Amino acid sequence: MKSGRHRLRDLGGLRTTWASLKTGALALVAFCALSGPPAVAQAGEWDFSGSIAGELRVFPNAPAFDEQDDTRFSPSIAVEPEVVFEWNGGDDRITFVPFGRLDANDDNRSHLDLRELNWLHVADDWDSVVGVDKVFWGVTESRHLVDIINQDDAVEDIDGEDKLGQPMINLNLFRDWGTLSGFILPGFRERPFRSNDARLRGALPVDDDNADFESGAEEYHVDFALRWAHTFDDLDIGLAHFHGTSREPRLLPRVNNDGRVVLVPRYDQIDQTSLDAQLTKDAWLWKLEAITRSGQGDRFFATVAGFEYTIFGIFDSTADLGLLAEYLYDGRDEDDAPPVVTDDDLFLGARATLNDEQDTTLLIGGIVDRHDQSTSLSIEAERRLGEFWKLELEGRIFVNVDDDDVILNGIRDDDVITLRLTRFF
Amino acid sequence: MTSHHTPRSFRHTRATGLILAALAVTGGFGTASVRAETPEEKGLAIAVEADKRDLGWIDSEAELKMVLTNRNGQTSTRELRIKTLEVQDPDVGDKSLTIFDHPRDIEGTAFLSHTKITEPDDQWLYLPALKRVKRISSANKSGPFVGSEFAYEDLISQEVAKYTYKWLRDEACGDLQCFVIERFPVYENSGYTKQVVWIDQQEYRAMKIDFYDRKDSLLKTLINNDYQQYLDQYWRAHTLQMDNHQTGKSTTLTFEEYEFKIGSSEGDFTSNRLKRAR
Repeated sequence: MKSGRHRLRDLGGLRTTWASLKTGALALVAFCALSGPPAVAQAGEWDFSGSIAGELRVFPNAPAFDEQDDTRFSPSIAVEPEVVFEWNGGDDRITFVPFGRLDANDDNRSHLDLRELNWLHVADDWDSVVGVDKVFWGVTESRHLVDIINQDDAVEDIDGEDKLGQPMINLNLFRDWGTLSGFILPGFRERPFRSNDARLRGALPVDDDNADFESGAEEYHVDFALRWAHTFDDLDIGLAHFHGTSREPRLLPRVNNDGRVVLVPRYDQIDQTSLDAQLTKDAWLWKLEAITRSGQGDRFFATVAGFEYTIFGIFDSTADLGLLAEYLYDGRDEDDAPPVVTDDDLFLGARATLNDEQDTTLLIGGIVDRHDQSTSLSIEAERRLGEFWKLELEGRIFVNVDDDDVILNGIRDDDVITLRLTRFF
Repeated sequence: MTSHHTPRSFRHTRATGLILAALAVTGGFGTASVRAETPEEKGLAIAVEADKRDLGWIDSEAELKMVLTNRNGQTSTRELRIKTLEVQDPDVGDKSLTIFDHPRDIEGTAFLSHTKITEPDDQWLYLPALKRVKRISSANKSGPFVGSEFAYEDLISQEVAKYTYKWLRDEACGDLQCFVIERFPVYENSGYTKQVVWIDQQEYRAMKIDFYDRKDSLLKTLINNDYQQYLDQYWRAHTLQMDNHQTGKSTTLTFEEYEFKIGSSEGDFTSNRLKRAR
């Protein structure tokens, strides 16, 4: 039905999922060895929940590249159940969150992932996580610059907010001087890419079956991260360091066996030190994220800095209007490091929160390049329907795209409107 | 739990001492007071007495259900759990952790608040889908809490120093005899110019509150019902009915049984632990 290449790809996806599953299972074995069978036999509490979502993506324009199918309406369905078992009054908890999507058009977007399979243990002044988990760091809205533990699930959306589960051993110490978190990250998740014929693919197809690694250990390189976070009155601050495989691959052009030019992901070893801080003053949130990274050409610096100001009860209503502005800078040399859209850009946005029974919210924003005015616009609206349903509308629109913008130029005709209906259970 | 004991008794003594000192300054509330009490002094004295009777519960946990009814009679529900840690320093408010169970799309969302007296509170929100803890602005104490007719400022701890007071009259309230006092928010971003509170003279429980909006017109009425006493001292209403007179909407808040002295620690109420809250 499909080419062998495709099947191989699917197997590749399954392989990484399988690796995570193994890590998760290993965590459970480790946990059993540590706590012994009596703990398991002890009465605990099960909790089942989750969601199933039907999604329709609409592409108003014809695609830019010949190999892309002229898909205009692309339905898909996604399932994300969550099973939690906890005991010891909640001090021990096993969480299992698989995720799966079936996409009618993009074979690579049809994928399975293990978002979570971990054992959490909570003690008085520390806690630990062993297994596959998701960790978020950061404060800004337009780019999640310091957030590095998990790989992007880049076939889900282009906003960098969907993540693959990451195998980890994580220890958090809670002290008067802050929270210290250590991470050992055995096993690396490669970034998924869209199929050859899919929308939002980019200018050249990515051959992710032949990814290249700087480390000889390839995807088995053990990465480390350390983070300190603390609150000083109005200031929340986090300092972190990451050592290991870059989550962002460089995409290197290569001629494959069919004589076609493809991009091959290359994962470098990097060291990244980051700072994130938020100052909360009445209706103002002042936000800063900054990184310095070595390992991809010259050491470079990148930052996102800005504010969110909220007008509460606008026009004597119960609705709030948040105004957002962020400046984005990234000093990387794109010959040696993975390119980014946001090298010298301005983000402006507005968030309306109606505070109604349906929790209706609307977020619109745009990121504009300060040099060539290439712009990506985003709209996100959501509203609960009844007690168990949620309706979401998302739009990603690219305007005024400069020919030299390697990322936006590859998706310039792939404006997409997504309508999603989710049932929670 | 044991680590609480010594500091608590110490703090309790200190708090009581401070209140006595405050009373000495304001002239006291005893009927034996030599000079006539002004309505402001009497109002404050009632608030201080009500606060004093509710000291020392340490921490509590309760499950509650909110039923929101719109003007057409359509309803929607919220289920949540609130853990509260009593902070006995009268210059600082309590700490609370709210975890949402229903509707399911916000299940696992957790809200942490460190209440202040006249400054904005410290608040954090945990969003489980992104695993993201967000420090949020608390300047919006008057906004609707999860779409209900309760404002956030109606639900947080009612510390004495949050208002100035004025006694209006004594009158019957149902089977009981009540003090009727006005209180005026000190906090400048409050949604109210004043509240009129009916407090029963026997147990000093708030039975009814009228809320007046920024234009000084009657906005909402809260009726507190089904009071139950815990640990032979602390009274908690189990049904709170809030009616909005301007929109015709209402919210009924029903508490399940409260638990007290459950052994929470300060550490359970810190932002870095918020993502573990369940």
